[in-house]
Amino acid sequence: MSFQSKNENKEKAMATPSSLASVAANARKPGTNTLGTNALGIGLEARSVHAWFGKHHALANVSLDFPAGTVTALIGPSGCGKSTFIRTLNRMHEFIPGAAMAGEVLLDGKDIYEPGTDVTKIRLKIGMVFQKPNPFPSMTIGENVLSGLKLAQLKNANKDDLMEECLVRAGLWNEVKDRLNAHGGSLSGGQQQRLCIARALAVNPQVLLMDEPCSALDPGSTLRIEETIKELSETMTIVIVTHNMQQAARVSDFTAFFLADGGPGEMIETAATSQIFSQPRDQRTENYVTGRFG
Amino acid sequence: MTMLENKGPAAIPSPREITTEPRFSDKLFRAIVTTGGLSSLVILGLIAVFLGYQGFEILAKEGISFITTSEWTVEVDSFGTITNTTFGLAAMLVGTILCAFIAVLIAVPVSVAAAIFLSFYAPASLKRVLVSIIDLMAAFPSILFGFWGLFVLMPSAEYWAKLINRYLGFIPIFEVDPPIFTRSPFIAGVVLAIMIIPIVTSISREVFSQTPLDRIQAAYALGATRWNVIRTVALPYARGGIVGGSMLGLGRAMGETVAVYTVLNIVYQINWQVLFGAGGNVASLILLKFGEAQPYEIKALMAAGLVLFLLTLFVNFIADQIVAKSGSKGR
Repeated sequence: MSFQSKNENKEKAMATPSSLASVAANARKPGTNTLGTNALGIGLEARSVHAWFGKHHALANVSLDFPAGTVTALIGPSGCGKSTFIRTLNRMHEFIPGAAMAGEVLLDGKDIYEPGTDVTKIRLKIGMVFQKPNPFPSMTIGENVLSGLKLAQLKNANKDDLMEECLVRAGLWNEVKDRLNAHGGSLSGGQQQRLCIARALAVNPQVLLMDEPCSALDPGSTLRIEETIKELSETMTIVIVTHNMQQAARVSDFTAFFLADGGPGEMIETAATSQIFSQPRDQRTENYVTGRFG
Repeated sequence: MTMLENKGPAAIPSPREITTEPRFSDKLFRAIVTTGGLSSLVILGLIAVFLGYQGFEILAKEGISFITTSEWTVEVDSFGTITNTTFGLAAMLVGTILCAFIAVLIAVPVSVAAAIFLSFYAPASLKRVLVSIIDLMAAFPSILFGFWGLFVLMPSAEYWAKLINRYLGFIPIFEVDPPIFTRSPFIAGVVLAIMIIPIVTSISREVFSQTPLDRIQAAYALGATRWNVIRTVALPYARGGIVGGSMLGLGRAMGETVAVYTVLNIVYQINWQVLFGAGGNVASLILLKFGEAQPYEIKALMAAGLVLFLLTLFVNFIADQIVAKSGSKGR
């Protein structure tokens, strides 16, 4: 990207003021978390990440920082590698047969792919919420929240308090407090997704990855989850993949635009969210955020 | 509003009958699959009727003692005429249940472990080889299992039996008196276990492979180790299928004839001491007696077959209840 093209884009963006830009301008500013960066660590950094599925090169050379206590949205059309990228960030990528990656992902400066790393500890620190709500159907609501403790064999002295705290933070407590012993599957889709968020919170992750967490939900549930994301970003680093640009504009501090143009997916541009939606540097970003394709 | 008021309360119609007229091809297909579906019922019914018809005379004569006593004798005079008969199946029924139960007890843990290994640990190439070997094992003739059990397994199994007897002999079922350790229900059970491991393994593997991926990923994303994923997600999901597979194995173990006949020392006496060399099962009794039986004794064997048939039916019914109860919870 040359300065010349940047200026061109700037002019175009000014010429077509988008409503998204005004939404993004009102979004939360980074660095407003109350706990300070010490409790949050120094965040997550991806360094020249590539990903393959067998011979298919799905993602090329993505370097992206996720400063502690910020929300970063990954946007882009389907098949651009954003989901693949988010899955390399907590080593879920490697579950797909034939999957490979290159580059480094640093959590607090330490490579999570370093040989000898206990991958279960990495995933405890970097939690994940999936596109489709996936509570454990054999467990009650309460058991679902605490399932991470059981799965990772962690001890917690006061499970009831933890359960309540996580459900409150996920914005679900008031709806389920009287039926914690009901099965997770008895909740609506939006409630199930918030249950999954509560479950991810119970193991106290530093980073929370969300892969299109609202794509299967109605607008009301989406709103609740967005509120939850804003509250959570006070205490953790959040990366969210979304197809919904309004959502990216509403919840994120930074936005990264991904695109696969025939070849592997690449990150085209990253900047503060308000800038991406008002003055994108790259023409392709502007085309995407203004709805010209994708 | 005024228009609505003028209309008054709308009459509530009675629900319409909704019907469809299927096409000919659909009807034909339906007829074909219905035939297939009912064929097993018809065949099973015909077998039951045949056994009942043939065995009715004996059942009527012996009454309840057919399943409560253990004597099986046919007395003939010097002209070959039958003078006296006593038919009692109790020892064989106990033997059937005992051997089958031992088999399931040994086979299920081994099979579930094998299925977990194949589903979650084995590299793809090894998995392919092992799966075809296990399928081959299921098709192996049971007489060969019997021979192998008798000549190869027996000496080792006898040693295990002595060990169990030495350390657990205070438990009544592990008593052995007098010390005859060969050809016992325990050894027959081990042979049966080996025979049913393939079927239980392949059914368990099948249900493990259907564990929803999103749940497995959810567990991994929460920092679970592989063992914990299996314990918390895969096992609860597969439980119903494992129970079902075990019951199929149990059914096969109860009906197994040749292997038990080869390995077991068939004795007409109820024996609960699993390590003691005496026992039998209904199917092996039928095999033992069939060759030299006269028409009247054959009827008794048919009646024995009917009893085995009903026992198997009963066990399968219980199994279905268990599957229905435990199957849905982890799903």
